[in-house]
Formats: sequence, structure tokens, C-alpha cells
Amino acid sequence: MIKRFFLSIFLISCSYALLAQSFGDNMRGNGKIYVVVAVLVTIFIGIILYLIRLDRKITKLEKETKINH
Amino acid sequence: MNVPQREVIQESIRNLYFHVCMWFSMMILFTVSVVNAVKYLRNNDLTYDILSRQYAVVGIVFGILGYSTGMIWASFTWADPNNPASASFASIAKDPKLIGAAIALLIYFAYLVLRDSIEDIDKKARISSVYNIFAFALLFPSIWIIPRILESLHPGGQGNPALNPQDIDARMRMVFYPAVVGWTLLGVWIVSLKVRMKKLKEKTFYR
Repeated sequence: MIKRFFLSIFLISCSYALLAQSFGDNMRGNGKIYVVVAVLVTIFIGIILYLIRLDRKITKLEKETKINH
Repeated sequence: MNVPQREVIQESIRNLYFHVCMWFSMMILFTVSVVNAVKYLRNNDLTYDILSRQYAVVGIVFGILGYSTGMIWASFTWADPNNPASASFASIAKDPKLIGAAIALLIYFAYLVLRDSIEDIDKKARISSVYNIFAFALLFPSIWIIPRILESLHPGGQGNPALNPQDIDARMRMVFYPAVVGWTLLGVWIVSLKVRMKKLKEKTFYR
């Protein structure tokens, strides 16, 4: 799971880096403000994915404690 | 809010509040992690070990986010499609700062691998605390010293990245410092969630 998380974040940013030329015109236009948007989206997706992973772990733990009681 | 106009990065200078804050938070979280590792070695209290581990993990997450955002930022600023020497991301990825940061993160990945490969709880805590100190010590050359010595595209070769008055000014500092605090507190909150979960887990495990 943690591997999948790391991989997804890394691949998202890789795709940006590799696609830089193809949609570079938009990203370089308007004073490159869309770079900030891309960065913000990456951080948002990263933290949300991490929190979802944490949520799943807690759900699992809740189920386990229910069985024990 | 207005920002200082710089030649290459233009409006993307606002990434300072995100990309740079990620690294600052990572450094702060790693520092807290190593402090807790030392505390564990002094007191043999497993609570400190849990804290140390979770701070390190969240620090790694911030480090990965910092690296990913750096990749995006660099591919639209350092990479220049009109210049064949730096046209693609591959040609700029050999920058010493990138490699130094990658080494630092890999050392911390090894911390997790080492930790999870030991079964015995006390041995695990002791060895990983010692390794944590080693990993923190290697942060100094890999992300603070070597990138400043070698020539790099990354700002900060002559001083502190992002704190240099040539890069930012008072208007940006007003946002930047609270942003560092904010991102770090977000990390601390995630750590506290993880610590609470871990403690609950150990409780059910020993029952």
C-alpha cells in the first residue's frame, strides 16, 4: 500500500515532467502561474491519498478490536 | 499580493509557499524524529520510539512531495525547449541538489526497511534509533553542504535557498514564514493521528 502511494505521487509528477513539452505552452504562459497550480494539486492529492490510507488502517483496526471484544 | 518579478520563474515564485515549505517541514519533522530517537536511547521508553518512527515517516512523505513539486517546477523553469543543452527533464536531473536530496530520502527509506525487518520490539527500537541518528547526520552533507559547494541550477548556492534577499522580499516573507509553520503543524497533526493509532494497535496486540 505504501509502495502504491509513493509510486502514484512519483508517477503524477513524472507525467508532468515528461509532458512538459507537449502542454508546455500553457504552463509557460500567463507568467507560469499554472506551474503553481500543478504543484498545489500534487501536494493536495498527495496529502489526501496519505490520509485515505490512514483512514483505511484505522477502519481495519476498528474491525479487529470489535472481533476481540 | 504582489511578488517580486524574477526573470525565469516569473509568477511561479509563489511555489515558495509550497515546494520550499515541504522541505522546511521535512527538516523540522526529521529533527523532532532524531530528538525522540535520542530520548528513547536515554530512557528506554517505547513511546519515544513510536514518536520517532512516525515523525520520520511523515517527514519522508513531505520529502517526496517536495521532490515531486520540485520536478514539476524545474521542468518549466530550468528546462528550456529552445536550449538543446537543457531541453528535457533528463538533462537537468543530474543537478547536485536533486541527487543530494534523493540520497537523503533513500537513507530514510532504508530506515523504514531496517526497522520493519527486525522482529524483536526492543532490538527494533534500539537499532532504528541509532540508525535514525546516523540518517540525520547524513542529512547535513547530502542536503546542506554538498549542494552549496557544487555548482547548481537550484537557488541558494551562495547562501540559504529561499531566504536570500535576492530571491524573495519582505512581502513574501510575510506569507512564507506562517506557511512553514502551517505545513509543519499539518505534519504534526498527521503524526499525532498515527501515534494514537499505533498506541491503540499495541494495546490490542498485548491484550
